[in-house]
Amino acid sequence: MPGQSAVRKQLATLPSTEQVLSWGRYPQLAPSYVHKPAWNDEVPEILKGAAPGALLPLGLGRSYGDSCLNGGRELIDCRRLNRILGFDESTGVLRCESGVSLADILDVFLPKGWFLPVTPGTSFVTVGGAIANDVHGKNHHCAGTFGDHVRQIALHRSNDGMVICGSEVNPDMLRATIGGLGLTGVIAWADVQLKRVAGPWIDAELVPFHTLHSFLDLSHESDGRFEYTVAWLDCFAGKNPRGIFFRGNHAADRGKPFRLKRGPKLPFALPAWMLNRFTVRAFNTAYYRFNEFKKGPAVVSYQPFFYPLDSIRQWNLLYGRQGFLQYQCVIPEAKLDAFEELLDRIAHSGMGSFLGVLKQFGSAPPAGMLSFPRPGLTIALDFAMRGERTLQLMQSLDEVVQKSGGAIYPAKDARMSPAMFEASFPRWRSFVPYIDPKMSSSFWRRVTGAQD
Amino acid sequence: MKKIIILGATSSIALEVQRQLARRGCELLLVARSPHRLAELQSDLTVRGASQVLTYSADLASIQQHAAIFEFAQRMLPDFDTVLLAYGSMHNQKDAETSIDVLLEELQVDFVSSAAILTLFAADLERRGTGCLAAITSVAGDRGRRSNYVYGSAKGGLSLFLQGLRSRLYPSGVRVITVKPGPVQTPMTDHMPHAARFADPGQVARDIVRALERRSPDVLYSPKIWRFIMTTVRLIPEVIFKRLSF
Repeated sequence: MPGQSAVRKQLATLPSTEQVLSWGRYPQLAPSYVHKPAWNDEVPEILKGAAPGALLPLGLGRSYGDSCLNGGRELIDCRRLNRILGFDESTGVLRCESGVSLADILDVFLPKGWFLPVTPGTSFVTVGGAIANDVHGKNHHCAGTFGDHVRQIALHRSNDGMVICGSEVNPDMLRATIGGLGLTGVIAWADVQLKRVAGPWIDAELVPFHTLHSFLDLSHESDGRFEYTVAWLDCFAGKNPRGIFFRGNHAADRGKPFRLKRGPKLPFALPAWMLNRFTVRAFNTAYYRFNEFKKGPAVVSYQPFFYPLDSIRQWNLLYGRQGFLQYQCVIPEAKLDAFEELLDRIAHSGMGSFLGVLKQFGSAPPAGMLSFPRPGLTIALDFAMRGERTLQLMQSLDEVVQKSGGAIYPAKDARMSPAMFEASFPRWRSFVPYIDPKMSSSFWRRVTGAQD
Repeated sequence: MKKIIILGATSSIALEVQRQLARRGCELLLVARSPHRLAELQSDLTVRGASQVLTYSADLASIQQHAAIFEFAQRMLPDFDTVLLAYGSMHNQKDAETSIDVLLEELQVDFVSSAAILTLFAADLERRGTGCLAAITSVAGDRGRRSNYVYGSAKGGLSLFLQGLRSRLYPSGVRVITVKPGPVQTPMTDHMPHAARFADPGQVARDIVRALERRSPDVLYSPKIWRFIMTTVRLIPEVIFKRLSF
């Protein structure tokens, strides 16, 4: 095409590599060669041609750190594997390929009265990614994780072809793949149990709170009555943080016509100085006041309730060229002092940012071998990448989490130490036999010291 | 526009067009080589809302198979109102310069077989005096370039063919749409430099579906900027153009 020199044309015949970034845009690793199969029947060939430890499947790249990256090696971009292979109207079980996005599922099935059984805070993730990270949502206390609703999967494995995994056949491989960070193979298709709803509306309620204890009271009180609960937290406030508690249930159909809105897009990375403790503090105060003003019940569309950030495309560019890190940990509820210590350290650092999210996990057993959710309080916070001092702060938060017996979420992580990983997932070695010999990831090599 | 035949249903742009048509509840007849892939598309498009999805497995590059395709279409979807030709191939230009086989194959797929099957369907629509024929060519066909003139000449030939066909069918009320996409992110272009900046197939598909639905330009450039770019490129005098290496 125009603008293409003869030299570039020659290079084009060589396998081209590209620098792939995760959602946090940190770390920036060596370029990877990206396979882009358009059909499932092309995947076995890719697996066959790869060296041991060379490959990793990739979805929409919404993991924040390096769990979806394979620096200097190869990735299998699964986004073109996005066909719906079947839907059973009577049971609500959907069979789809791994690259189908949750947004696509909602597009097709919400008008028919079906909703996702579990959804994370963005709809721009693939089904494969939702399984590989065993994602959770605002209904963890009553519905568990995404993996709890996966009935069956088909897995491309480099050594034994297509493997069907379900509760009856290869149940261990299913449990390994749920939360398995893409390391067990490429998911060809998955059977996901959808949930009946009356329509796209949510009976939502906003409740401001001023202490951690009042958050816990709200959370306990809401668990039985509300399907969805989550809180936003102003992390500048220290031990007794103010915040807004969001809770809701699916509403009866309101019959109002429903239109999808396409929001603005952040066109380029903002200069790093624009986000400093003053602008963020001002934002947090404004956000708190605004929601305090809106407190009480209201009927809202599912989009602002579940996916407030999906309306701003590429919001990750807000954090500038250096990117950002998200810190998500879980701390047992009995160790409330540890949680307070954590909030204290964040507040004192002055480095916290707008998106502090707090949620109390339910106590259901995990769906996968390496699932992150476990009983306790989980908090997720963004930190703009400011070099060593950002990493040091997170290191100091790790100490608190580790002492409390908590864990760090791999999907959000770009820097935890092997020791912290060991503490978070003490049984990771029993997962190793399920790894496909051709698969590896930057994250996995970093936290386990594996060479391939 | 309710009953549509897609020739080359497994091509990336066709995939997106079909989804948007399915959402509108259209009836589709898909023609492509792989029966396995067609079966996948059939279930996908049915769940997405298509009121009927018929499939026919054939190699469109082989003219011997055209009669059977046409016969199937007439039998299964006799009152089809739209035909979209979406298949094509692009080899490495260097291979087509050194191998006559590659050269002929490219011309066969992108021009000869396309012209043949369009003629078959055109006659039927002309007889019925209704409907729409659309074919995906390329901006590469607007000018012969050093780096891509084999693909370009085949697609350019097809564009000229459609131009004449449009004029022939005009009195009968049959529309002919020439679709000229700029570079699009598809398996055909993945190996090219800057592929990440190419247009999204979904965007091109939206333009195509809009053109099929409304009375719109006979020649559709997608994304629209390419009408401007190619107008400029066509204006460069040959004495200069022949020295350019792109």
